[in-house]
Amino acid sequence: MSLFELVRVSFDALRVNLLRSVLTMLGIVIGVAAVIAMVTVGAGAQAEVDRQIEALGSNVLMIRSGSRWFGGARTAAGSSQSLTAEDTRALKAEIPEIAAAASANRGSGQVVVGNMNWSTTIYGIDADYMIARNWEIAQGREFEPAEFRNGAKVALLGNTVVEELFGAGNVVGQAIRIKNVPFTVVGALKAKGQSFGPWDQDDTVMVPFKTAEGRLLGKSTHRTGSVRDIYVSVGDADAMDLVELDITEVLRQRHRIGPGEQDTFSIRNMTEMVEARVEARQIFNMLLAAVASVSLVVGGIGIMNIMLVSVTERTREIGLRMAVGAKERDIMLQFLVEAVTLCLLGGLIGIVVALTITVGVAEIAGWPVLVQWPIVIIAIAFSAAIGIFFGFYPARKAAAKDPIEALRSE
Amino acid sequence: MAFLRCRDVHKDYLVGTETVRALDGVTVAIDRGEFVSVMGPSGSGKSTFMNLVGCLDRPNSGSIELDGERVSDLTSDSLASVRNRKIGFVFQQFNLLGRTSALDNVALPLLYAGVDRGERTTRADEALARVGLADRAQHVPAQLSGGQQQRVAIARALVNSPDMLLADEPTGALDTATGQEIMRLFQALNEAGLTVIVVTHEAEVADCARRILRFRDGLITSDTLDEVRDVAV
Repeated sequence: MSLFELVRVSFDALRVNLLRSVLTMLGIVIGVAAVIAMVTVGAGAQAEVDRQIEALGSNVLMIRSGSRWFGGARTAAGSSQSLTAEDTRALKAEIPEIAAAASANRGSGQVVVGNMNWSTTIYGIDADYMIARNWEIAQGREFEPAEFRNGAKVALLGNTVVEELFGAGNVVGQAIRIKNVPFTVVGALKAKGQSFGPWDQDDTVMVPFKTAEGRLLGKSTHRTGSVRDIYVSVGDADAMDLVELDITEVLRQRHRIGPGEQDTFSIRNMTEMVEARVEARQIFNMLLAAVASVSLVVGGIGIMNIMLVSVTERTREIGLRMAVGAKERDIMLQFLVEAVTLCLLGGLIGIVVALTITVGVAEIAGWPVLVQWPIVIIAIAFSAAIGIFFGFYPARKAAAKDPIEALRSE
Repeated sequence: MAFLRCRDVHKDYLVGTETVRALDGVTVAIDRGEFVSVMGPSGSGKSTFMNLVGCLDRPNSGSIELDGERVSDLTSDSLASVRNRKIGFVFQQFNLLGRTSALDNVALPLLYAGVDRGERTTRADEALARVGLADRAQHVPAQLSGGQQQRVAIARALVNSPDMLLADEPTGALDTATGQEIMRLFQALNEAGLTVIVVTHEAEVADCARRILRFRDGLITSDTLDEVRDVAV
C-alpha cells in the first residue's frame, strides 16, 4: 500500500470521528502554538531591544557623580568632588579610543507655548552630546558653537514634546517658554521610539550646557561647570572594558583619590545594562518554551490514549482487514499514519495560531514580526516525531492482534 | 488433483491452563469447483477447521495444501497474501466498514493487493454488478438491508477473483427468505466454477451443498455426497 493510500485511509478514519480527532489534536495545537509564539515573540522583543540599544547610542559609557548610583553609602561631604566639564574634556584628550565625550545636566521643568504646556526633562548639553547619544536632527539644526559659548536661549525639542505642544509641522523659529524663560526653537530631534520601561527618551528639551546652568537648572548646589553625567562613546566595541579602566584612572587622578579610597563617580556601560535585561528576558522565554514543550508531551500522551481507544474500538475492523489480506505492516502503518496525521495537522493548526498570536502581540507592542522559520520547521518535525513516538505502541498493538480473535470481538 | 488437501491436521488451544484439542487428526480433500457445507455442534472443531483452511491460523501438526502450496507452515505475512489472492471470506455479521460506501468496502482487498485506484473502482463495480447491487455502489452499510449488506460482503469476497469462497454462517443474521436468496447466489457462483465452503448449523442451508462434512469432537464423522449418501470416511 502506498503512503498516499495510507494517508487517505487514515484521513477517512479521522473524519469518521471528527469531534474526537479535533479534541485530540487540541493538545498538540496548543503546545506547538505556545512554543512558536514564545520563540517568535521573544525574537521580536529581542529585535526591539537591539533597536533600543542602538537608540541609546551604541558603545556608550555613562559616568555619574557620586557613588549613590549603586545605592550604597556616600562618602563624607567634601571628600567627594563632583564631575566637571573639565573632566569631560580631559577624558577626551587623554584617552584616544574615546570618539565623543559629552557633559550633560538634567532637570525637569515646564515648557509653555501659547496656552499649551508640558512637563518634560530638560538637558543642558555640550557639543559632543548629539554624537555620544546618537541623536539626529529631524528639522532645523543643531546648536552652533557660538550658542554653546554664549549660553544662548535656544532649544532643541524631542519628538514627544513637539507632538504635545505643536502637534505636527515646522517648529523651527517658534518661541517657547521653559520654566518661564523665553527660548527660540532651532530644531527638532528625530524620534528614537519608545524606550524600555516607562522612560520616554523623546520626551525631552535640550538647551546649551551653559544656558541650562545659568538659567534653568541652577547652580546653587554646584560649582560652575559641575556635571551630573558624562557620556562617552567609544569607537571600538571591544575597547569598552579598557576605556572603562582608563576613565577610572584618569578621574581618580584628577579628583586626587588616594589608593584604597572609594571612587567619587560611577561608570555604567549602557549596552551591558540593556543586555542584562535581555538575558533575563531570554531566560524567562526559555522557561515559557519549556512549559510549552511539556504541553506538547501531554498532547502526545492524549494522542496515544485516543489511539489505544481507537484500536480497541476497531478490533473487528482490524480483523477484517487482516482477513482480506492486510499484513501486520499494513495495519501498523495505518495506525501510525493516523497518529502522525493527527499530530501534523495539530502542528500545522498550531503554527497558524502561533503566527496569528505573534502578529497580534507585535501589533500591540509595536515590535517587528520575526517569524523564526527554523523553529516552525522544528515544530513540524517535532509534532511528527510525537506522532510516531506516541503512535507506535497503539499501532504495534493493533498489528499484533490475532485475526481470528479480532473478527470474533464485539 | 485436489484443490484443498488436509492431512492429519491437529490443532490445540490453550484455554486458561487447560489445553483444548480442537482438531484431532483431520484428513480431507476438496476438489476445485465443489460446494461443501461444514456442520457440527459448537465445540466440534468446525470453526477451527475453517480458520485453518482460511489461512487465518496454522495447525500444530499435519499439513494443509491449498492449490498445491503448503500453507500450514507459512509466515503470517505469507498467509495474509494467500488470503488476499485465493480466498474470499463471508461472515455472519457481514463485517462491513461503517460510514464507508459499498464500493469502497468491496474494493478493500484490492487495496492490500496493491491494485491502483482506477482499477480498484472498475473491479469493485463489476463485483457489485455480479451480486446485483450495481445501483447501490455509493450507499453506506446503514442504508442497506441485511441481505444487501451480505451481498456487498460477497462482492468483497469475489473482487480479487479468489479460488475459494469461505462462508461462516452466512445466513445466520438474515431472515429465511433472504437467507435462501443468499444461498442461491452461492449456488450460482459455484456453478460458475468457484469452490464454496459454507459453515452452518442449519440443515436447509447445508442441503444447498452437494457435499456435507460433519464434525464432532475434532473429527470428521461423516462426509456425504448428495448423489451417494453416507459415504464412510
